[in-house]
Amino acid sequence: MREVAVIGAGCTTFGEKWDTSFRHLFVEAGILALEDAGLAGEQIDALYVGNMSAGRFIEQEHIGALIADYAGLASHHIPATRVEAACASGGLSFRQAVIAVASGMEDIVVAAGVEKMTDVASGISVDTLTGAADREWEGFVGATFPGLYAMIATDYMNRYPLTREQLGLVAVKNHFNGARNPIAQYQQEITLDTVLKSSLVADPLRLFDCSPITDGAAAVILAPLERAREFTDTPVRVLASAQASDTITLHDRRDISTLDATVIAAQRAFSMAGLTTADIDLVEVHDCFTIAEICAIEDLGFCRKGEAGRLTEEGVTALNGDIPVNTSGGLKACGHPVGATGIKQVFEIVQQLRGEAGRRQIDGAEIGMTHNVGGTGASVAVHILGV
Amino acid sequence: MSVARFWRKIPQRYNLIGTRCTTCGRYFFPPRSFCPDCRRAGNIVDYRFAGTGTVVTYTIIRTASEQFEQMTPYVLAIVAFDEGPRTTCQIVCTPGEARIGMRVKPVFRKIGADGESGVIYYGTKYAPAD
Repeated sequence: MREVAVIGAGCTTFGEKWDTSFRHLFVEAGILALEDAGLAGEQIDALYVGNMSAGRFIEQEHIGALIADYAGLASHHIPATRVEAACASGGLSFRQAVIAVASGMEDIVVAAGVEKMTDVASGISVDTLTGAADREWEGFVGATFPGLYAMIATDYMNRYPLTREQLGLVAVKNHFNGARNPIAQYQQEITLDTVLKSSLVADPLRLFDCSPITDGAAAVILAPLERAREFTDTPVRVLASAQASDTITLHDRRDISTLDATVIAAQRAFSMAGLTTADIDLVEVHDCFTIAEICAIEDLGFCRKGEAGRLTEEGVTALNGDIPVNTSGGLKACGHPVGATGIKQVFEIVQQLRGEAGRRQIDGAEIGMTHNVGGTGASVAVHILGV
Repeated sequence: MSVARFWRKIPQRYNLIGTRCTTCGRYFFPPRSFCPDCRRAGNIVDYRFAGTGTVVTYTIIRTASEQFEQMTPYVLAIVAFDEGPRTTCQIVCTPGEARIGMRVKPVFRKIGADGESGVIYYGTKYAPAD
Protein backbone atom coordinates (compact mmCIF):
# COMPACT_ATOMS: atom_id res chain seq x y z
CA MET A 1 0.00 0.00 0.00
CA ARG A 2 1.36 3.44 -0.93
CA GLU A 3 1.41 6.42 1.40
CA VAL A 4 -1.03 9.15 0.33
CA ALA A 5 -0.86 12.94 0.63
CA VAL A 6 -3.25 15.85 0.14
CA ILE A 7 -1.61 18.20 -2.38
CA GLY A 8 -4.40 20.74 -2.77
CA ALA A 9 -7.66 21.79 -1.15
CA GLY A 10 -10.47 24.21 -1.97
CA CYS A 11 -13.86 25.12 -0.58
CA THR A 12 -16.66 27.51 -1.55
CA THR A 13 -18.10 29.82 1.04
CA PHE A 14 -20.97 28.06 2.83
CA GLY A 15 -24.46 29.56 3.09
CA GLU A 16 -27.80 30.07 1.40
CA LYS A 17 -26.41 30.59 -2.08
CA TRP A 18 -29.51 31.45 -4.08
CA ASP A 19 -27.52 32.69 -7.08
CA THR A 20 -25.34 29.60 -7.49
CA SER A 21 -26.41 26.23 -8.90
CA PHE A 22 -25.30 22.76 -7.85
CA ARG A 23 -22.90 22.32 -10.77
CA HIS A 24 -21.35 25.77 -10.40
CA LEU A 25 -20.76 25.21 -6.67
CA PHE A 26 -18.80 22.10 -7.52
CA VAL A 27 -16.77 23.76 -10.30
CA GLU A 28 -15.85 26.64 -7.96
CA ALA A 29 -14.51 24.27 -5.28
CA GLY A 30 -12.70 22.15 -7.88
CA ILE A 31 -10.93 25.14 -9.43
CA LEU A 32 -9.84 26.38 -5.99
CA ALA A 33 -8.36 22.94 -5.22
CA LEU A 34 -6.58 22.70 -8.60
CA GLU A 35 -5.11 26.19 -8.22
CA ASP A 36 -3.98 25.31 -4.73
CA ALA A 37 -2.19 22.22 -6.06
CA GLY A 38 -0.82 24.04 -9.10
CA LEU A 39 -2.32 21.29 -11.21
CA ALA A 40 -3.92 21.19 -14.66
CA GLY A 41 -7.21 19.38 -15.16
CA GLU A 42 -5.63 16.98 -17.69
CA GLN A 43 -3.48 15.55 -14.91
CA ILE A 44 -6.48 14.21 -12.97
CA ASP A 45 -6.84 10.42 -13.12
CA ALA A 46 -10.11 9.94 -11.24
CA LEU A 47 -12.84 11.78 -9.35
CA TYR A 48 -14.98 10.82 -6.34
CA VAL A 49 -17.85 13.02 -5.20
CA GLY A 50 -19.84 12.75 -1.99
CA ASN A 51 -23.46 13.77 -2.35
CA MET A 52 -26.40 12.73 -0.19
CA SER A 53 -29.52 13.57 -2.08
CA ALA A 54 -29.34 15.59 -5.28
CA GLY A 55 -32.26 13.40 -6.36
CA ARG A 56 -34.53 14.98 -3.73
CA PHE A 57 -32.91 18.41 -3.44
CA ILE A 58 -32.55 19.24 -7.15
CA GLU A 59 -34.13 16.19 -8.84
CA GLN A 60 -30.81 15.28 -10.43
CA GLU A 61 -29.07 11.90 -10.32
CA HIS A 62 -25.94 10.71 -12.16
CA ILE A 63 -23.85 13.26 -10.28
CA GLY A 64 -20.44 11.74 -11.07
CA ALA A 65 -20.83 12.26 -14.80
CA LEU A 66 -22.49 15.69 -14.44
CA ILE A 67 -19.62 16.96 -12.35
CA ALA A 68 -16.87 15.50 -14.55
CA ASP A 69 -18.61 17.16 -17.52
CA TYR A 70 -18.91 20.62 -15.96
CA ALA A 71 -15.38 20.36 -14.58
CA GLY A 72 -14.30 20.15 -18.23
CA LEU A 73 -13.21 16.55 -17.96
CA ALA A 74 -15.84 14.82 -20.14
CA SER A 75 -13.43 14.71 -23.08
CA HIS A 76 -10.80 13.01 -20.87
CA HIS A 77 -13.30 10.28 -19.94
CA ILE A 78 -11.93 9.89 -16.41
CA PRO A 79 -13.75 7.59 -14.00
CA ALA A 80 -16.15 9.77 -11.95
CA THR A 81 -17.97 8.10 -9.07
CA ARG A 82 -20.66 9.35 -6.70
CA VAL A 83 -20.41 8.12 -3.10
CA GLU A 84 -23.44 8.21 -0.79
CA ALA A 85 -23.68 7.64 2.96
CA ALA A 86 -26.08 10.42 3.98
CA CYS A 87 -24.18 13.13 5.93
CA ALA A 88 -21.00 10.99 5.79
CA SER A 89 -20.94 11.02 1.97
CA GLY A 90 -17.98 13.42 1.94
CA GLY A 91 -15.95 11.38 4.43
CA LEU A 92 -16.56 8.22 2.44
CA SER A 93 -15.69 9.98 -0.82
CA PHE A 94 -12.35 11.00 0.71
CA ARG A 95 -11.75 7.44 1.88
CA GLN A 96 -12.51 5.99 -1.57
CA ALA A 97 -10.02 8.42 -3.12
CA VAL A 98 -7.39 7.49 -0.52
CA ILE A 99 -7.92 3.80 -1.30
CA ALA A 100 -7.62 4.47 -5.05
CA VAL A 101 -4.25 6.20 -4.62
CA ALA A 102 -2.94 3.86 -1.88
CA SER A 103 -3.68 0.82 -4.04
CA GLY A 104 -1.60 2.13 -6.91
CA MET A 105 -4.61 2.05 -9.23
CA GLU A 106 -4.68 5.85 -9.69
CA ASP A 107 -2.16 8.66 -9.04
CA ILE A 108 -3.90 12.05 -9.01
CA VAL A 109 -7.42 11.75 -7.58
CA VAL A 110 -9.99 14.40 -6.65
CA ALA A 111 -12.15 13.78 -3.57
CA ALA A 112 -15.05 16.19 -3.47
CA GLY A 113 -18.39 16.78 -1.83
CA VAL A 114 -21.32 18.96 -2.81
CA GLU A 115 -24.87 19.65 -1.67
CA LYS A 116 -27.43 22.20 -2.85
CA MET A 117 -30.13 22.21 -0.17
CA THR A 118 -31.98 25.53 -0.47
CA ASP A 119 -33.85 24.88 -3.73
CA VAL A 120 -36.65 23.10 -1.80
CA ALA A 121 -38.95 24.30 0.99
CA SER A 122 -37.82 23.52 4.54
CA GLY A 123 -40.54 20.86 5.08
CA ILE A 124 -39.14 18.94 2.11
CA SER A 125 -35.53 19.32 3.25
CA VAL A 126 -36.47 18.02 6.72
CA ASP A 127 -38.16 15.03 5.06
CA THR A 128 -35.23 14.43 2.70
CA LEU A 129 -32.78 14.38 5.61
CA THR A 130 -35.07 11.90 7.38
CA GLY A 131 -34.11 9.50 4.59
CA ALA A 132 -30.75 9.10 6.35
CA ALA A 133 -32.67 7.25 9.08
CA ASP A 134 -34.99 4.26 8.56
CA ARG A 135 -37.85 5.56 6.41
CA GLU A 136 -40.19 2.63 7.23
CA TRP A 137 -39.67 2.49 11.01
CA GLU A 138 -38.45 5.93 12.05
CA GLY A 139 -39.55 8.47 9.43
CA PHE A 140 -42.96 6.86 8.88
CA VAL A 141 -44.06 7.38 12.49
CA GLY A 142 -42.99 11.04 12.61
CA ALA A 143 -39.30 10.96 13.56
CA THR A 144 -37.17 13.86 12.33
CA PHE A 145 -33.39 14.18 12.52
CA PRO A 146 -33.47 16.73 15.34
CA GLY A 147 -35.99 14.40 17.02
CA LEU A 148 -33.68 11.40 16.88
CA TYR A 149 -30.70 13.36 18.24
CA ALA A 150 -33.03 14.86 20.87
CA MET A 151 -33.78 11.31 22.04
CA ILE A 152 -30.01 10.75 22.34
CA ALA A 153 -29.85 13.97 24.43
CA THR A 154 -32.74 12.87 26.68
CA ASP A 155 -31.09 9.49 27.29
CA TYR A 156 -27.65 11.07 27.83
CA MET A 157 -28.88 13.71 30.27
CA ASN A 158 -30.78 11.07 32.22
CA ARG A 159 -27.60 9.05 32.72
CA TYR A 160 -24.72 11.53 32.81
CA PRO A 161 -24.10 14.92 34.44
CA LEU A 162 -24.64 17.18 31.40
CA THR A 163 -26.41 20.49 31.98
CA ARG A 164 -28.52 22.38 29.47
CA GLU A 165 -26.01 25.23 29.77
CA GLN A 166 -23.03 22.99 28.93
CA LEU A 167 -24.87 21.78 25.82
CA GLY A 168 -25.46 25.40 24.79
CA LEU A 169 -21.78 26.22 25.25
CA VAL A 170 -20.95 23.84 22.37
CA ALA A 171 -22.87 26.18 20.03
CA VAL A 172 -21.33 29.30 21.61
CA LYS A 173 -17.82 27.88 21.08
CA ASN A 174 -18.52 26.85 17.48
CA HIS A 175 -19.97 30.27 16.61
CA PHE A 176 -16.86 31.89 18.13
CA ASN A 177 -14.73 29.78 15.76
CA GLY A 178 -17.05 30.34 12.80
CA ALA A 179 -16.70 34.09 13.30
CA ARG A 180 -12.99 33.59 12.54
CA ASN A 181 -13.55 31.50 9.40
CA PRO A 182 -14.14 33.38 6.13
CA ILE A 183 -16.06 30.48 4.53
CA ALA A 184 -18.46 30.00 7.48
CA GLN A 185 -22.21 30.40 7.01
CA TYR A 186 -22.53 32.20 10.35
CA GLN A 187 -19.79 34.68 11.21
CA GLN A 188 -21.39 36.07 14.35
CA GLU A 189 -20.46 35.20 17.91
CA ILE A 190 -23.45 34.30 20.07
CA THR A 191 -24.09 34.22 23.81
CA LEU A 192 -25.41 31.34 25.88
CA ASP A 193 -28.58 33.36 26.31
CA THR A 194 -29.17 33.26 22.53
CA VAL A 195 -29.07 29.46 22.58
CA LEU A 196 -31.26 29.07 25.67
CA LYS A 197 -33.89 31.53 24.43
CA SER A 198 -34.10 30.13 20.88
CA SER A 199 -37.23 28.17 19.98
CA LEU A 200 -37.57 24.49 20.87
CA VAL A 201 -37.22 22.17 17.87
CA ALA A 202 -37.31 18.80 19.67
CA ASP A 203 -36.92 18.89 23.45
CA PRO A 204 -34.35 19.44 24.84
CA LEU A 205 -32.79 20.69 21.56
CA ARG A 206 -33.41 24.29 20.51
CA LEU A 207 -32.84 26.01 17.18
CA PHE A 208 -29.28 27.02 18.15
CA ASP A 209 -28.43 23.40 19.00
CA CYS A 210 -29.00 22.48 15.34
CA SER A 211 -26.77 22.78 12.28
CA PRO A 212 -28.38 24.74 9.44
CA ILE A 213 -29.51 24.01 5.88
CA THR A 214 -26.56 24.98 3.68
CA ASP A 215 -25.33 25.11 0.09
CA GLY A 216 -21.65 24.43 -0.50
CA ALA A 217 -18.92 22.34 -2.06
CA ALA A 218 -15.39 21.31 -1.16
CA ALA A 219 -12.64 19.46 -3.01
CA VAL A 220 -9.22 18.08 -2.16
CA ILE A 221 -6.60 16.52 -4.41
CA LEU A 222 -4.68 13.39 -3.47
CA ALA A 223 -1.42 12.01 -4.80
CA PRO A 224 1.05 9.31 -3.78
CA LEU A 225 3.36 10.79 -1.13
CA GLU A 226 6.43 10.06 -3.28
CA ARG A 227 5.06 12.38 -6.00
CA ALA A 228 3.57 15.04 -3.70
CA ARG A 229 6.54 17.41 -3.89
CA GLU A 230 6.12 17.71 -7.65
CA PHE A 231 3.05 19.81 -6.83
CA THR A 232 3.46 21.38 -3.40
CA ASP A 233 6.01 22.28 -0.74
CA THR A 234 3.48 21.54 1.98
CA PRO A 235 1.98 18.08 1.41
CA VAL A 236 -0.32 16.84 4.17
CA ARG A 237 -0.02 13.11 4.77
CA VAL A 238 -3.01 10.84 5.26
CA LEU A 239 -1.92 8.88 8.34
CA ALA A 240 -5.11 6.85 8.73
CA SER A 241 -8.41 6.23 6.97
CA ALA A 242 -11.09 4.27 8.82
CA GLN A 243 -14.79 3.60 8.42
CA ALA A 244 -17.39 1.70 10.43
CA SER A 245 -21.11 0.97 10.28
CA ASP A 246 -23.91 0.22 12.75
CA THR A 247 -27.67 -0.39 12.77
CA ILE A 248 -29.64 2.01 10.59
CA THR A 249 -32.14 2.75 13.38
CA LEU A 250 -31.27 4.50 16.62
CA HIS A 251 -33.57 2.17 18.58
CA ASP A 252 -31.55 -0.94 17.61
CA ARG A 253 -28.24 0.42 18.96
CA ARG A 254 -26.45 -1.29 21.84
CA ASP A 255 -26.43 2.04 23.70
CA ILE A 256 -28.54 5.04 22.65
CA SER A 257 -25.91 7.58 23.81
CA THR A 258 -22.80 5.91 22.36
CA LEU A 259 -22.06 5.85 18.65
CA ASP A 260 -20.32 2.47 18.48
CA ALA A 261 -19.38 3.15 14.84
CA THR A 262 -17.42 6.20 16.04
CA VAL A 263 -15.72 4.17 18.78
CA ILE A 264 -14.69 1.43 16.31
CA ALA A 265 -13.66 3.77 13.47
CA ALA A 266 -11.50 5.78 15.91
CA GLN A 267 -9.84 2.63 17.26
CA ARG A 268 -9.09 1.49 13.71
CA ALA A 269 -7.69 4.91 12.78
CA PHE A 270 -5.45 5.17 15.84
CA SER A 271 -4.22 1.63 15.24
CA MET A 272 -3.48 2.32 11.55
CA ALA A 273 -1.57 5.53 12.36
CA GLY A 274 0.17 4.12 15.44
CA LEU A 275 -1.05 7.13 17.43
CA THR A 276 -3.20 7.90 20.48
CA THR A 277 -5.54 10.75 21.39
CA ALA A 278 -2.58 12.47 23.09
CA ASP A 279 -0.95 12.93 19.66
CA ILE A 280 -3.92 14.79 18.13
CA ASP A 281 -3.53 18.59 18.04
CA LEU A 282 -7.07 19.37 16.83
CA VAL A 283 -10.19 17.56 15.66
CA GLU A 284 -13.13 18.36 13.40
CA VAL A 285 -16.12 16.39 14.72
CA HIS A 286 -19.62 15.89 13.33
CA ASP A 287 -21.66 18.35 15.41
CA CYS A 288 -24.92 18.18 13.43
CA PHE A 289 -26.44 18.90 16.87
CA THR A 290 -24.72 20.08 20.05
CA ILE A 291 -25.32 16.69 21.71
CA ALA A 292 -23.51 15.05 18.76
CA GLU A 293 -20.30 16.97 19.56
CA ILE A 294 -20.53 15.89 23.22
CA CYS A 295 -20.89 12.23 22.19
CA ALA A 296 -18.16 12.51 19.53
CA ILE A 297 -15.51 13.87 21.93
CA GLU A 298 -16.15 10.91 24.23
CA ASP A 299 -16.64 8.19 21.61
CA LEU A 300 -13.42 9.19 19.79
CA GLY A 301 -11.64 8.60 23.10
CA PHE A 302 -10.67 12.14 24.18
CA CYS A 303 -12.38 11.66 27.57
CA ARG A 304 -14.59 9.21 29.43
CA LYS A 305 -18.36 9.00 28.91
CA GLY A 306 -20.11 11.79 30.76
CA GLU A 307 -17.14 14.19 30.86
CA ALA A 308 -17.42 16.15 27.58
CA GLY A 309 -19.91 18.70 28.94
CA ARG A 310 -17.53 19.66 31.74
CA LEU A 311 -14.56 19.80 29.32
CA THR A 312 -16.56 22.14 27.07
CA GLU A 313 -17.47 24.39 30.00
CA GLU A 314 -13.81 24.49 31.13
CA GLY A 315 -12.67 25.57 27.65
CA VAL A 316 -10.63 22.43 26.94
CA THR A 317 -12.22 22.19 23.46
CA ALA A 318 -11.89 25.92 22.66
CA LEU A 319 -9.37 27.42 20.20
CA ASN A 320 -6.88 27.98 23.04
CA GLY A 321 -7.73 24.73 24.85
CA ASP A 322 -5.81 21.46 25.13
CA ILE A 323 -7.78 19.79 22.34
CA PRO A 324 -9.46 22.34 20.06
CA VAL A 325 -12.67 20.89 18.58
CA ASN A 326 -14.26 22.25 15.39
CA THR A 327 -11.93 25.17 14.71
CA SER A 328 -13.84 25.71 11.43
CA GLY A 329 -17.00 26.49 13.40
CA GLY A 330 -18.18 22.93 12.88
CA LEU A 331 -21.42 21.99 11.20
CA LYS A 332 -23.18 24.36 13.59
CA ALA A 333 -21.57 27.65 12.51
CA CYS A 334 -19.59 26.85 9.35
CA GLY A 335 -22.70 25.18 7.93
CA HIS A 336 -23.67 21.66 6.87
CA PRO A 337 -24.10 21.06 3.13
CA VAL A 338 -24.41 17.36 3.94
CA GLY A 339 -22.39 15.78 1.12
CA ALA A 340 -19.66 18.44 1.34
CA THR A 341 -19.13 18.40 5.11
CA GLY A 342 -16.67 15.49 5.25
CA ILE A 343 -14.43 17.16 2.66
CA LYS A 344 -14.70 20.57 4.35
CA GLN A 345 -13.41 18.93 7.54
CA VAL A 346 -10.31 17.75 5.63
CA PHE A 347 -9.98 21.25 4.08
CA GLU A 348 -9.96 22.78 7.58
CA ILE A 349 -7.33 20.36 8.91
CA VAL A 350 -5.15 20.97 5.81
CA GLN A 351 -5.32 24.74 6.39
CA GLN A 352 -4.45 24.33 10.06
CA LEU A 353 -1.51 21.96 9.44
CA ARG A 354 -0.08 24.33 6.83
CA GLY A 355 -0.46 27.27 9.24
CA GLU A 356 -2.93 29.05 6.93
CA ALA A 357 -5.94 29.25 9.28
CA GLY A 358 -5.58 32.95 10.09
CA ARG A 359 -7.38 34.15 13.23
CA ARG A 360 -8.34 30.61 14.24
CA GLN A 361 -4.84 29.10 13.73
CA ILE A 362 -3.75 26.50 16.29
CA ASP A 363 -0.05 27.24 16.81
CA GLY A 364 2.25 24.41 15.84
CA ALA A 365 -0.54 22.04 14.77
CA GLU A 366 1.03 18.93 13.26
CA ILE A 367 -1.61 16.22 13.52
CA GLY A 368 -5.36 16.64 13.00
CA MET A 369 -8.37 14.35 12.90
CA THR A 370 -11.72 14.38 11.10
CA HIS A 371 -14.94 12.61 12.18
CA ASN A 372 -17.89 12.43 9.79
CA VAL A 373 -21.20 10.71 10.69
CA GLY A 374 -24.02 9.45 8.49
CA GLY A 375 -27.52 9.31 9.99
CA THR A 376 -27.58 8.87 13.75
CA GLY A 377 -24.35 6.86 13.59
CA ALA A 378 -24.97 4.12 11.03
CA SER A 379 -21.90 5.21 9.01
CA VAL A 380 -18.79 6.88 10.39
CA ALA A 381 -15.55 7.91 8.68
CA VAL A 382 -12.49 8.93 10.72
CA HIS A 383 -9.27 10.25 9.17
CA ILE A 384 -5.96 11.33 10.70
CA LEU A 385 -3.78 13.80 8.79
CA GLY A 386 -0.27 14.98 9.59
CA VAL A 387 2.70 17.03 8.39
CA MET B 1 -45.72 6.26 -0.31
CA SER B 2 -47.23 3.89 -2.88
CA VAL B 3 -50.27 1.77 -1.96
CA ALA B 4 -48.31 -1.47 -2.38
CA ARG B 5 -45.49 -0.22 -0.17
CA PHE B 6 -47.93 0.55 2.65
CA TRP B 7 -50.13 -2.51 2.05
CA ARG B 8 -47.32 -5.05 2.47
CA LYS B 9 -46.47 -3.60 5.90
CA ILE B 10 -50.07 -3.82 7.21
CA PRO B 11 -49.46 -6.96 9.35
CA GLN B 12 -46.64 -5.18 11.15
CA ARG B 13 -48.23 -1.74 11.40
CA TYR B 14 -51.72 -2.90 12.48
CA ASN B 15 -51.06 -6.12 14.41
CA LEU B 16 -47.38 -5.90 15.45
CA ILE B 17 -46.41 -9.07 13.59
CA GLY B 18 -42.66 -9.44 13.95
CA THR B 19 -40.42 -12.47 13.86
CA ARG B 20 -38.50 -14.73 16.21
CA CYS B 21 -35.46 -16.94 15.66
CA THR B 22 -36.23 -20.41 17.05
CA THR B 23 -32.50 -21.28 17.06
CA CYS B 24 -31.47 -18.58 19.57
CA GLY B 25 -34.85 -17.32 20.79
CA ARG B 26 -34.24 -13.69 19.82
CA TYR B 27 -37.25 -11.55 18.86
CA PHE B 28 -37.33 -9.03 15.99
CA PHE B 29 -39.58 -6.03 15.50
CA PRO B 30 -39.72 -4.81 12.80
CA PRO B 31 -39.38 -8.34 11.41
CA ARG B 32 -36.05 -9.60 10.12
CA SER B 33 -35.88 -12.50 7.68
CA PHE B 34 -32.26 -13.25 8.66
CA CYS B 35 -30.98 -13.65 12.24
CA PRO B 36 -27.85 -11.48 12.75
CA ASP B 37 -26.60 -13.84 15.49
CA CYS B 38 -27.31 -17.30 14.02
CA ARG B 39 -27.02 -16.18 10.41
CA ARG B 40 -27.79 -19.12 8.07
CA ALA B 41 -28.21 -21.47 11.05
CA GLY B 42 -31.15 -19.36 12.21
CA ASN B 43 -34.80 -20.31 11.75
CA ILE B 44 -37.20 -17.39 11.48
CA VAL B 45 -40.91 -17.69 12.31
CA ASP B 46 -43.67 -15.06 12.69
CA TYR B 47 -44.40 -13.77 16.18
CA ARG B 48 -47.19 -11.43 17.29
CA PHE B 49 -45.98 -8.91 19.85
CA ALA B 50 -48.20 -7.90 22.78
CA GLY B 51 -47.07 -4.30 22.25
CA THR B 52 -46.71 -3.58 25.95
CA GLY B 53 -43.43 -2.02 26.92
CA THR B 54 -41.44 0.75 28.56
CA VAL B 55 -40.28 4.16 27.31
CA VAL B 56 -36.47 4.15 26.95
CA THR B 57 -36.10 7.77 25.78
CA TYR B 58 -38.33 10.43 24.23
CA THR B 59 -38.60 13.93 22.81
CA ILE B 60 -41.36 16.37 21.97
CA ILE B 61 -41.36 17.21 18.26
CA ARG B 62 -42.07 20.93 17.75
CA THR B 63 -40.83 21.23 14.15
CA ALA B 64 -41.87 18.34 11.92
CA SER B 65 -41.56 17.31 8.30
CA GLU B 66 -44.35 18.47 6.00
CA GLN B 67 -46.60 15.47 6.59
CA PHE B 68 -46.61 15.85 10.38
CA GLU B 69 -46.61 19.65 10.65
CA GLN B 70 -50.26 19.87 11.73
CA MET B 71 -49.76 17.37 14.58
CA THR B 72 -47.06 19.30 16.47
CA PRO B 73 -46.28 19.20 19.30
CA TYR B 74 -46.24 15.41 19.60
CA VAL B 75 -44.32 12.95 21.75
CA LEU B 76 -41.85 10.71 19.91
CA ALA B 77 -40.25 7.86 21.85
CA ILE B 78 -38.21 4.70 21.73
CA VAL B 79 -40.18 1.94 23.45
CA ALA B 80 -38.69 -1.39 24.55
CA PHE B 81 -41.22 -4.20 24.12
CA ASP B 82 -41.43 -6.67 27.00
CA GLU B 83 -39.99 -9.32 24.62
CA GLY B 84 -36.86 -7.20 24.08
CA PRO B 85 -36.92 -5.39 20.71
CA ARG B 86 -37.18 -1.62 20.61
CA THR B 87 -39.29 0.51 18.29
CA THR B 88 -39.60 4.22 17.47
CA CYS B 89 -43.16 5.46 17.88
CA GLN B 90 -45.49 8.24 18.95
CA ILE B 91 -46.91 8.28 22.48
CA VAL B 92 -50.51 9.42 22.82
CA CYS B 93 -50.16 11.71 25.83
CA THR B 94 -49.58 15.38 26.61
CA PRO B 95 -45.96 16.57 26.29
CA GLY B 96 -45.75 17.03 30.05
CA GLU B 97 -46.78 13.44 30.79
CA ALA B 98 -43.93 11.75 28.93
CA ARG B 99 -41.17 10.27 31.07
CA ILE B 100 -38.46 7.61 30.88
CA GLY B 101 -39.66 4.30 32.34
CA MET B 102 -43.34 4.99 31.55
CA ARG B 103 -45.32 1.80 30.83
CA VAL B 104 -47.22 1.88 27.53
CA LYS B 105 -49.72 -0.22 25.57
CA PRO B 106 -50.52 -0.18 21.83
CA VAL B 107 -53.43 1.80 20.34
CA PHE B 108 -54.60 1.78 16.70
CA ARG B 109 -54.36 5.28 15.23
CA LYS B 110 -54.14 7.28 12.03
CA ILE B 111 -50.45 8.00 11.40
CA GLY B 112 -50.65 10.29 8.36
CA ALA B 113 -52.02 10.82 4.88
CA ASP B 114 -50.81 11.59 1.36
CA GLY B 115 -52.43 15.02 1.06
CA GLU B 116 -56.20 15.59 1.14
CA SER B 117 -57.24 12.94 -1.37
CA GLY B 118 -54.38 10.42 -1.01
CA VAL B 119 -53.96 7.20 0.94
CA ILE B 120 -54.55 7.43 4.72
CA TYR B 121 -51.90 5.59 6.72
CA TYR B 122 -52.96 3.79 9.87
CA GLY B 123 -50.72 2.09 12.36
CA THR B 124 -49.84 1.71 16.02
CA LYS B 125 -49.17 4.45 18.51
CA TYR B 126 -48.74 3.84 22.23
CA ALA B 127 -50.68 5.14 25.23
CA PRO B 128 -49.77 5.28 28.93
CA ALA B 129 -50.71 1.88 30.42
CA ASP B 130 -50.99 2.82 34.09
